[in-house]
Amino acid sequence: MTYAIQAEGLAKRYGETRALDGIDLEVPRGRLLGVLGPNGAGKTTAVRILATLLRPDGGRAQVGGFDVVRQAHQVRSLIGLTGQYAAVDETLTGVENLVMIGRLLDLPRRDAKRRAAELLERFALTEAAGRAAKTYSGGMRRRLDLAASLVGRPQVLFLDEPTTGLDPRSRTDLWGVVRRLQDDGVTVLLTTQYLEEADQLADDIVVFDHGRVIASGTPDELKATTGAQVLEVRPAEAARLGLVEQVVAEVLGAVPEVTGGQVSAAVRDPAVVPAVVRRLDDLGVVAAELSLRKASLDEVFLALTGHRAEDGAEAEEVAA
Amino acid sequence: MTATTTTPTATASVPLVTSPRLGPMAALRHTATLAWRSLVQIKHNPMELLDLSVQPIMFLLLFTYVFGGAIAGSTGDYLQFSLPGLIVQNMLFATLTTAIGLNSDVTKGVFDRLRSLPIARSAPLAGRIVADTLKQVWAFALFLGLGMVLGFRVQTGVIGVVGALALLLAFALGMSWLSVLIGLRASSVEKVQIVAFSLMMPITFTSNAFVPTKTMPEWLQRWVEINPVTHLADAVRGLLGGGPVSSSATVSLLWAAGIAIVFAPLSIRAFRNHS
Repeated sequence: MTYAIQAEGLAKRYGETRALDGIDLEVPRGRLLGVLGPNGAGKTTAVRILATLLRPDGGRAQVGGFDVVRQAHQVRSLIGLTGQYAAVDETLTGVENLVMIGRLLDLPRRDAKRRAAELLERFALTEAAGRAAKTYSGGMRRRLDLAASLVGRPQVLFLDEPTTGLDPRSRTDLWGVVRRLQDDGVTVLLTTQYLEEADQLADDIVVFDHGRVIASGTPDELKATTGAQVLEVRPAEAARLGLVEQVVAEVLGAVPEVTGGQVSAAVRDPAVVPAVVRRLDDLGVVAAELSLRKASLDEVFLALTGHRAEDGAEAEEVAA
Repeated sequence: MTATTTTPTATASVPLVTSPRLGPMAALRHTATLAWRSLVQIKHNPMELLDLSVQPIMFLLLFTYVFGGAIAGSTGDYLQFSLPGLIVQNMLFATLTTAIGLNSDVTKGVFDRLRSLPIARSAPLAGRIVADTLKQVWAFALFLGLGMVLGFRVQTGVIGVVGALALLLAFALGMSWLSVLIGLRASSVEKVQIVAFSLMMPITFTSNAFVPTKTMPEWLQRWVEINPVTHLADAVRGLLGGGPVSSSATVSLLWAAGIAIVFAPLSIRAFRNHS
């Protein structure tokens, strides 16, 4: 199997902090790898190394079969990069931004213009093409940024938190664009803090925490490996919530979570469900809702790291 | 355009690069494109040409008409003395546009985008410096033109003017290495402006750019005689207004070379290690 991206033992240190502490990655051609993790987990550092912007302290990586350190120039001719913030020249118009990239990629002027028009059309920016990018909304800038990274028809695309800070509609639009790229056979490495985003887009997911890969697999595998299915019980009468909590705790032998009028708990053995139902029946508690579902990636993340993605972000900030 | 193909060029219209080094022609092309990028905004907003010049023009008018009479006895005599100094001061401040532009690229991520492209490594710096050099030429022409309208007389001729411009550009080029370092290292554009102001103001004023040295206290005179701004102002005075040039021009060029020798390696290191 040919891998579009392959990394072994990547390490990067900033002073005392190990931003990357031995990362292995393998992305087959044409697949989308979601790199999931809180702020400060090392996602951006990994992208910067793979995109030749940063030299690793240890380990090695190849993109499209080229070494990111020794053959950086070849790597650069294969990749597109869209960073966390929209890296467009705000004083230039949309079309000028794209023509500039085209010219830098040695396209003849006419081809650069044609490619710019094509991409502006594709990203619904044709009307705004002649306006300076500083007049664009956040979503428009992000689309222009993504368009800029596609001018050279990259085989491998790095999207570093492409939807951070976008409103839900712009986010959904951008997801559509990413799906189309997948259809075109582009290999994508996408980092995100949003579990839903990884779940929606990724063929495979790796979870980063503190510069290490702590889990990997397809979204379904990840949900399955933590064992966790989730049992949710909502009593018909809110007053019986405490009793339900007690029953679930007894049967599972673990403390369940109580939120929004319902009791939920991770379940490894589905056989416990009838036991819970029987106990509740004995006690005369009527359940308005009782369900067993696959754990969300959010819960998987919690189970893997012991902290929620958002909590992790805050903790990093305090530590910094 | 299918996922199964393993031919690397299947989706690439850009020819696959096999050689790790780019030729000098490619480097020139990339530099020209990036210089175009820094200048094309003037096309959309021609007022920017004036924005660049509002402060210099204000300085020119204030110095000539407010201080001129007091310092030199008449505004006309003072203009003849101070215009070269003002040109030098303006050139030094203008070198910091390189720092500001570069810093804005770095903080906005444009710099990363450029570095992730298969272009000549030097092009992002060189393109900006080329564009800023052209802005220097514009500022020089504006100053000289306005000065002449106000009564400044070029005593030397075309060769003198061209010589003065060449000397100023050479010095600006040396200074741009310092500017690159500041641009890459500063955490924000505001910081760049603070550094610029607190560095350039004292250096340009503790010179003979605006007043003759002999009215200053002796300890200050000693510094003024070392200050490159003094030598540069003297050289430009000689080249435009007539008078000795060779020693002051030589010292100016040595200073420019010295600044470049110190700051070029530091800048290049900052550029390479940029993370």
